[in-house]
Amino acid sequence: MSVLEAMRMAMHGVAANRMRSLLTMLGITIGVAAVIILVAVGHGSAVAVQKNIEGLGTNVVTIQPGGFGFGRGSGGAQSSFTQLTTKDVKALQDPSATPDIKSVTPVVNGSVTATFGSASYTPNQFIGTTPSYAEARKSPVSAGEFITQQDETAHSRVVVLGQTVVTNLFGSQSPLGQTIKLNGIGFEVVGVLAPKGTNGIQDQDDIAIAPLTTTQSLITGVTGGLGQIIIEAKSSHQVDAAEAEATSILTPGHSSNGTANFRVLNQASLLQTTASTNQVFTVLLAAVAAISLLVGGIGVMNIMLVTVTERTREIGIRKAVGARRSDILAQFLSESVLLSVFGGAVGVAAGLLGSRFKIVGVQPAVEPYSVALALAVGIAVGLFFGIYPANRAASLRPIDALRYE
Amino acid sequence: MSGERRRPTLFLRNVSKSYGQGEIAVHALREIDLVIDRGDFVAVMGSSGSGKSTLMNVLGCLDVPTTGRYYLDGIDVAELDDYELAYVRNRKIGFVFQSFNLVPRTSALHNVELPLIYARVPRRERREQAIAALDAVGLANRMEHLPNELSGGQQQRVAIARAIVTAPALVLADEPTGNLDTASTVEIMQILSDLHASGRTIVVITHEAEVADRAQRVIHLVDGGIESDRRTGAAPPVTPRFAHDDSAEAISA
Repeated sequence: MSVLEAMRMAMHGVAANRMRSLLTMLGITIGVAAVIILVAVGHGSAVAVQKNIEGLGTNVVTIQPGGFGFGRGSGGAQSSFTQLTTKDVKALQDPSATPDIKSVTPVVNGSVTATFGSASYTPNQFIGTTPSYAEARKSPVSAGEFITQQDETAHSRVVVLGQTVVTNLFGSQSPLGQTIKLNGIGFEVVGVLAPKGTNGIQDQDDIAIAPLTTTQSLITGVTGGLGQIIIEAKSSHQVDAAEAEATSILTPGHSSNGTANFRVLNQASLLQTTASTNQVFTVLLAAVAAISLLVGGIGVMNIMLVTVTERTREIGIRKAVGARRSDILAQFLSESVLLSVFGGAVGVAAGLLGSRFKIVGVQPAVEPYSVALALAVGIAVGLFFGIYPANRAASLRPIDALRYE
Repeated sequence: MSGERRRPTLFLRNVSKSYGQGEIAVHALREIDLVIDRGDFVAVMGSSGSGKSTLMNVLGCLDVPTTGRYYLDGIDVAELDDYELAYVRNRKIGFVFQSFNLVPRTSALHNVELPLIYARVPRRERREQAIAALDAVGLANRMEHLPNELSGGQQQRVAIARAIVTAPALVLADEPTGNLDTASTVEIMQILSDLHASGRTIVVITHEAEVADRAQRVIHLVDGGIESDRRTGAAPPVTPRFAHDDSAEAISA
């Protein structure tokens, strides 16, 4: 019997019991769609995290005060050793000691309430820093200009605002050249940062940036120490070398009992860690989806067994008029493959459609291989789970099949 | 193919069929010796449980005897494998059942096409042959009807069309009129008589005397053995008019 003939018979069989066929297909559909969507979610979240980390700058090493087991709670007042100071920044900026470092950017964190006219807003982040911040953190301005070296030297009262702060204080008005009050002190708005969106944890546009010198003298005070030092390496290969140089310079002044009192965060290694974490996450999701595909396959087998039992007499008739073993096998195998192909095709459509929507805050990114894999596995499942029922039908002796009531 | 002398189509030697084993064994057939010639019209009669149907299933290659030999056109059926048996059932034998045994939810035409599908006949030819067979039983106007839309007599005519569509030399009918009213019985028997007249070998199981009257030879079975074997009509002609059968070569090839 030709494949076409077997398919025609199978189609007839599938159509003869529409409701049952639809429900059986649904099992495969859900399985295939689940594989596609869950892999897309895993991949999508990996892409998002990667983008966030890259947004922080991949050639960047961040140094923060506070060592392991030397917290504020353990020994009363925080040791002055743990503070990072502008002296450390100067030491790191020495080109002969740090050939792999391109720029060193000190950052102080403060907290201010900004007012403009009657509007008042408290930015999530307020920092004082130097001009190199814009490049190291990949935070260029979209209008106006970033703080300059001149502003630093002159302790200028200027501020660069993130988009969220602008919206809250000015609405649709242009903020450039306007003067806002930070904790009651007047600052001129010189620039607006290009929007970055959320990094998954906080709104990166909810920020105000002022010169380091101005911030220290007017807002945080000069003795407070730096919140962090951002070190940018000259290239992505030199990140590890830059990290080593910074560590060796800072360690003598910032350690007690041989333990460093500062932490070094390497963006590249962070990227690697999250990438591998995400891979585990994606594999787990795919495994869950694969189980549902397997369950769908068992559903196909179950229905095919019912079908074979129900149509035992028909099988007897077919054998009595000359059907061979292989003819019966082909007919029932085609039927189960047909169910899984239809189910799989609908599943692919549903999966692609479902991947267009945000799922738990993640924009899924469809992996082409997952579509091919899910469809292939779906069809293979139909074939595999169809073999047993089809074989059972084909092995029936005609006289037993005809006598079956 | 000689055709010069009378050649048996069916030859049973010492055939027994029993179900179960030992004390509880049921002997459906006991040491049957039977020769049926090409072109004969044989009625097999007997009460319920006399082994008629078992004999029919053995003749139709649907069941195998426990002991003894069954030769169909000179070939020992026991030596055929699954594939060859399917071929024999497809080309050499047309089977008509008491309960019609049409495939449900499938049109009359498609039911008749079924043996041709398994015979690998191309689609167009298959359709033509099936229509011709349905026409021969007077159902050309009911081709697209489903079995449950046809009367019992019509269903049985579809079944006969299916049995003869591959032009087998042997037609076996297991109580073909058992479920039918008198009018339909007459119709069906007329069709079988016509098939016989065209040269086919017909074996029909029945317990109705009117049906047996149409046959040329009546065999009575009692308790799985042949009680009587009478010739009631003319013996089949020495040279069969229906000399279509060259499938013996095809099988042994």
